[in-house]
Amino acid sequence: MSGAGNREAVFATRQSLGIMKAKLKGAEVGHSLLKRKSEALTKRFREITRRIDEAKRKMGRVMQIAAFSLAEVAYATGGAGNMNYEITQAVRSARFRLRTRQENVSGVLLPAFESYTTEGLGDFAMTGLGRGGQQVQKAREVYEKAVETLVELASLQTAFVILDDVIKVVNRRVNAIEHVIIPRTANTISYINSELDELDREEFYRLKKVQGKKQEESAALELEEKNRKTAMPEVRDVTVPHNAEEDDEKDLIF
Amino acid sequence: MAAPAAYKDRQFLAVIGDEDSVTGLLLAGVGHVENGEQNFLVVDAQTETSKIEKAFDEFTERKDIGILLINQHVAEKIRYRIDAFTAAFPAVLEIPSKDHPYDPEKDTVLRRVKRLFGE
Repeated sequence: MSGAGNREAVFATRQSLGIMKAKLKGAEVGHSLLKRKSEALTKRFREITRRIDEAKRKMGRVMQIAAFSLAEVAYATGGAGNMNYEITQAVRSARFRLRTRQENVSGVLLPAFESYTTEGLGDFAMTGLGRGGQQVQKAREVYEKAVETLVELASLQTAFVILDDVIKVVNRRVNAIEHVIIPRTANTISYINSELDELDREEFYRLKKVQGKKQEESAALELEEKNRKTAMPEVRDVTVPHNAEEDDEKDLIF
Repeated sequence: MAAPAAYKDRQFLAVIGDEDSVTGLLLAGVGHVENGEQNFLVVDAQTETSKIEKAFDEFTERKDIGILLINQHVAEKIRYRIDAFTAAFPAVLEIPSKDHPYDPEKDTVLRRVKRLFGE
């Protein structure tokens, strides 16, 4: 039999044939759906990778500008080391924070970061109070813009990582259905069909056989009957009871 | 897949980088100090690799950090760690520094992008 090894362990009955046919249908529908999902995700994925590439290049430029503005601050305040120390020590609470929201792409939840700044000047109200306050302010603004770009890039990157994983899983499923489940179910169906055909043939043969036996039997019975009939008349003459009317006996008169 | 709870509370950025990069980012307001734990590490020429690794592990394990920014020349020192880090959160982002211009060839994520499209 074809692919006797690769089929499900079922009994060859009409019921399991029905189940297997339903399963094959389900697998085919699932396969086409998953394939479409994979295509949609891949489309999105390509778009994201393209945007990552762009954003990374943009980030390079933005960070360069930001570094330059910081150099201006260092020049204005006279000596970068002093200010750097001041800033790293003044940190208390983050003014620039993240918020995450979700985006649904074909059933996959992609998180995206959003940045927001809390009210107030933050921890560095006194930085540059003596000298170079304007430069500090400018550097702060430039860096805020830079961090916003970075946050955008981080969202893309996270989406990239998650999509990469999901696409792998979906593709694995598509391939599993295409190359394992569908052939196996089809094999099982052909197995059940051939087994049922075999049973049919056996049943037919058995019926034939039974019919043949019955015919033989009835033929034998008929023959016997016939034999008996030809033998019967002599026997019946002896055994048939006499009718009183036909008797020659005289009537008894009292 | 990342459950919503996995990134709901991530509201901070973390920074590992040289003095200037860290200063600039702190100036933008990303710094946060709580219970003596700070979310940034200043790396200079004397900083040992083990210390960077420790900070990297700490920041990637913290549940309140959504994005980890790391200077590319610092990332080079612990490249194998970054290559091995595949989780979606926190997002590890390599940024250029003043003295080291950005090189897309070295970026872990960009290399992955390139490999996927066979360019």
